[in-house]
Amino acid sequence: MSHDHDHEHSELSDVELRVRALETLLTEKGYVDPPALDELIETYETKVGPKNGAMVVAKAWTDPEYHARLMSDATAAIAELGFVGRQGEHMVAVENIPGIHNMVVCTLCSCYPWTVLGLPPVWYKSAPYRSRAVRDPRGVLAEFGVTLPSGTDIKVWDSTAEVRYLVVPQRPSGTEGWDESELAALVTRDSMIGTGLALDPSERESAA
Amino acid sequence: MNGAQDLGGQMGFGPIELEENEPNFHAKWEERAFALTLAMGATGTWNIDTSRFARESLPPPVYLSSSYYKIWTLGLEKLLVDHELVSEEELRAGQSLAPAKPLNRVVKADEVAGILAKGGPADRPQQQPARFKVGDRIRTKRMNPEHHTRLPRYARDAPGTIEAVHGVHVFPDTNSRKLGEQPTWLYGVVFKGTDIWGDDSDPDLTLRLDLWEPYLDLA
Repeated sequence: MSHDHDHEHSELSDVELRVRALETLLTEKGYVDPPALDELIETYETKVGPKNGAMVVAKAWTDPEYHARLMSDATAAIAELGFVGRQGEHMVAVENIPGIHNMVVCTLCSCYPWTVLGLPPVWYKSAPYRSRAVRDPRGVLAEFGVTLPSGTDIKVWDSTAEVRYLVVPQRPSGTEGWDESELAALVTRDSMIGTGLALDPSERESAA
Repeated sequence: MNGAQDLGGQMGFGPIELEENEPNFHAKWEERAFALTLAMGATGTWNIDTSRFARESLPPPVYLSSSYYKIWTLGLEKLLVDHELVSEEELRAGQSLAPAKPLNRVVKADEVAGILAKGGPADRPQQQPARFKVGDRIRTKRMNPEHHTRLPRYARDAPGTIEAVHGVHVFPDTNSRKLGEQPTWLYGVVFKGTDIWGDDSDPDLTLRLDLWEPYLDLA
């Protein structure tokens, strides 16, 4: 473990210098504008993230007409809530129902629906997840603490094109009458990738 | 390309490392590498398929032992040199040693929101009818191109069924090589786990890939 840590540390120093030199060079050349770089970072740090997707899911749980629009044309339905643009140009929503569980991966790179989930976590981009999600999804799910009822079909979506997938998790029981914002708090990032389930109301209370 | 990026079904990478409340970036340099890659992408000098190919053609030992944003950094350096925007010497020196080349555009801060909102749709007008329809049985090609492709190794020469017709999309195999977008029909294709992995596959597993018409033949 300490060996890995040392390795990572020395790599960071090397790459840190490399990126700094690159930014200096590209700025000197006039190819990039540093305030634009700040703005790009700021956008994904503060404006775009899984809260967007959680609002989409909560609305689909409570509004049958929105649900129908989301399932037939997710790009347009998600745009209704203002979430448009890069890595969300061609959205498809896939729904978890009793007996069917959906899970998303990009085995070739890191394709991920930025407009609704923000930037992907390290594990999503890592070799262990990308290699195993398509072959041993149940083993992967177990590592996330998810055990599906026996007989559940697993459908794994490998994002091989520019189409991006949003998993609509099952609405937890015991949430009858909850409003959209209460429900959105139960929708985790992982539940929208399919490596998790929406939180149970009791989990929400213990987390709060 | 059969590069290190084509990870589906490879074994031996160990458990998935999860991190509680993971930040978007783990260091300042990651933020800068991310933003530099996006800003240079927005200059329109290359396309997303070219940049993916730059990353996946890193030598496998480099790709597999580098963190995500380091791969982005190495890919960006390669693109800059390949497109003669900077030289190897300038990369080493970390300073400009020659006049800049003209670019289509340089992104300013007040343009960022508009550029991100616009995105880069990959669909194109339809020129010819689709060869396949939903329900058709197909077989993916056996192919091992040295150029960029989006048919992963694990799904080659395999039987599947057309499940969705997405319309006509830019074809990565040519777009990555400056042979033009050559838009072609894109399909959602479903495969049985056992048809991909054999008898020891999870019997309840299906795999769903989005594949372009040139990757497919009627079964």
